[in-house]
Amino acid sequence: MWYFVSPAIVFGEGALDELDELRGRRALIVTDAALVQLGLADRVQIHLEKAGIETHLFDGVEPDPSLQTVRKGVEAAQDIGPDWIVGLGGGSPMDAAKAIWVLYERPDLHPAEINPFVNLGLRQKARLVTIPTTSGTGAEVTWAIVLTDTDEQRKMGLGNRENVADIAIVDPVLAAGMPPQLTADTGLDALTHAVEGYTCTWHTDVTDGLCVGSARLILENLPRAVADGSDLRARERMHNAATCAGLGFGNAMASLAHAMGHVLGATFHVPHGRAVSIFLPYTIEFAAREAPGRFADLAGLLDCSQGEGEKAARSMAERIRDLCREVGNPTSVAETGVEREPYEAQLDKMVDDAFNDTQIITAVRAPSYEELRRLFLHAYEGQGADF
Amino acid sequence: MPRFPSDEWIKELSSKLNASESYERSAKDWEGDFIFVVEPDDAYDETAYLFLGLYHGKSPDAELVESKDTRDAEFVISAPFTNWRKVIEGELEPIQGMMTRKLKLAGNMMKIMRYPKAAQEIVNCCALVPTDFGD
Repeated sequence: MWYFVSPAIVFGEGALDELDELRGRRALIVTDAALVQLGLADRVQIHLEKAGIETHLFDGVEPDPSLQTVRKGVEAAQDIGPDWIVGLGGGSPMDAAKAIWVLYERPDLHPAEINPFVNLGLRQKARLVTIPTTSGTGAEVTWAIVLTDTDEQRKMGLGNRENVADIAIVDPVLAAGMPPQLTADTGLDALTHAVEGYTCTWHTDVTDGLCVGSARLILENLPRAVADGSDLRARERMHNAATCAGLGFGNAMASLAHAMGHVLGATFHVPHGRAVSIFLPYTIEFAAREAPGRFADLAGLLDCSQGEGEKAARSMAERIRDLCREVGNPTSVAETGVEREPYEAQLDKMVDDAFNDTQIITAVRAPSYEELRRLFLHAYEGQGADF
Repeated sequence: MPRFPSDEWIKELSSKLNASESYERSAKDWEGDFIFVVEPDDAYDETAYLFLGLYHGKSPDAELVESKDTRDAEFVISAPFTNWRKVIEGELEPIQGMMTRKLKLAGNMMKIMRYPKAAQEIVNCCALVPTDFGD
């Protein structure tokens, strides 16, 4: 037995108009300063005000939101008393919005107590709308919340099925202004979700189709969206693909590439999508040696398979590297500019932190400490994993 | 072959944990003992209580106890016999088991979620114990 949770999703060009129909009194829009400057927060406010809803902004969310930022957002919510919380942005504002909402409803909880094993009793004070502006993290449809404990330099995987959004507004026009690098990073994040959602040990029949479909859309459309941001068809397909991938992995799980990517992000501030997509091919190669099955299947379904078994799985890894190169992204940690000496100095901690990331438990081939260490080093150097 | 659940079985698990470098490293900071409550179902008609002491990557002691109050334990995990069997045989991942209420945890889940690798290693060690389920 398992679960599938999803918000009501309104998608396609013009989906933002759905906010005109929202019923409520007061909304707190949780976002970041850049989106306010770009005018995207204004667009959301206009629609909410058309619905007769008073709007307030909390725009202090930083990339990789911290517990401290969430606490400030909770204070803002307590002052304002919203009945809608709107998470607008990439994964960071949307995850922050989820956490702010939970703690606004449950001020008795420590942020780290937001876990899947308790009843939160939400929706007594407010409900949540998520509006992605990248294509994307899938955070608009997942119940996961990733925050950063800045004291321990560690990402915290939190969340509860109850804190999935009530409504997700997936309007590609909001992502159309992304510059090429952001398009590439967030698109590769979505691909990693699709691949890991399909291949992790928690994969399900209910989520497999979403993962395969979204991977196919991303392979076809990400290069187009990066090369020409005004290609609205490519933008729309990427935006939808990211949401589908979010539903897929959000109701299955991510896996080893995310455990490693979280650590790289927390330690060296490599953007999330760039980090996980660097590690993904190495983790596929590592799994391919002993458990190629699901990777080989996926390679076949995506028409990038050469051979069977391990060979097919490795062709999936190469296809991902080809895509990274095609969109101008690195395929090794060294290419990101992280220096070798600090990377090696942090290696023991990174291995420990990756092992304490919940995503690691779904790896089809569970690495030992030594193997994970080697995987981090191979990924640094750009040397394929062959052990 | 130790019968599950029994004093012999839990001591064998304790021994496997103490021999596991992977468990030792993943749980090097862990402090907190467990009681596993094996509840009756169609395959088992008693209630058994297994105490597992865990401290800084080692298991200092383990025993079958009379009740969950016999020893102090920070965590109590309860489940029917058949669900414990599924965990030991690798058919039920314990964190998924807790998320679907197939295993019920009393204790600080936040603390357990910080040590997913250690939890996985405990299950791995369970699988190393040759077990008689009374079939």
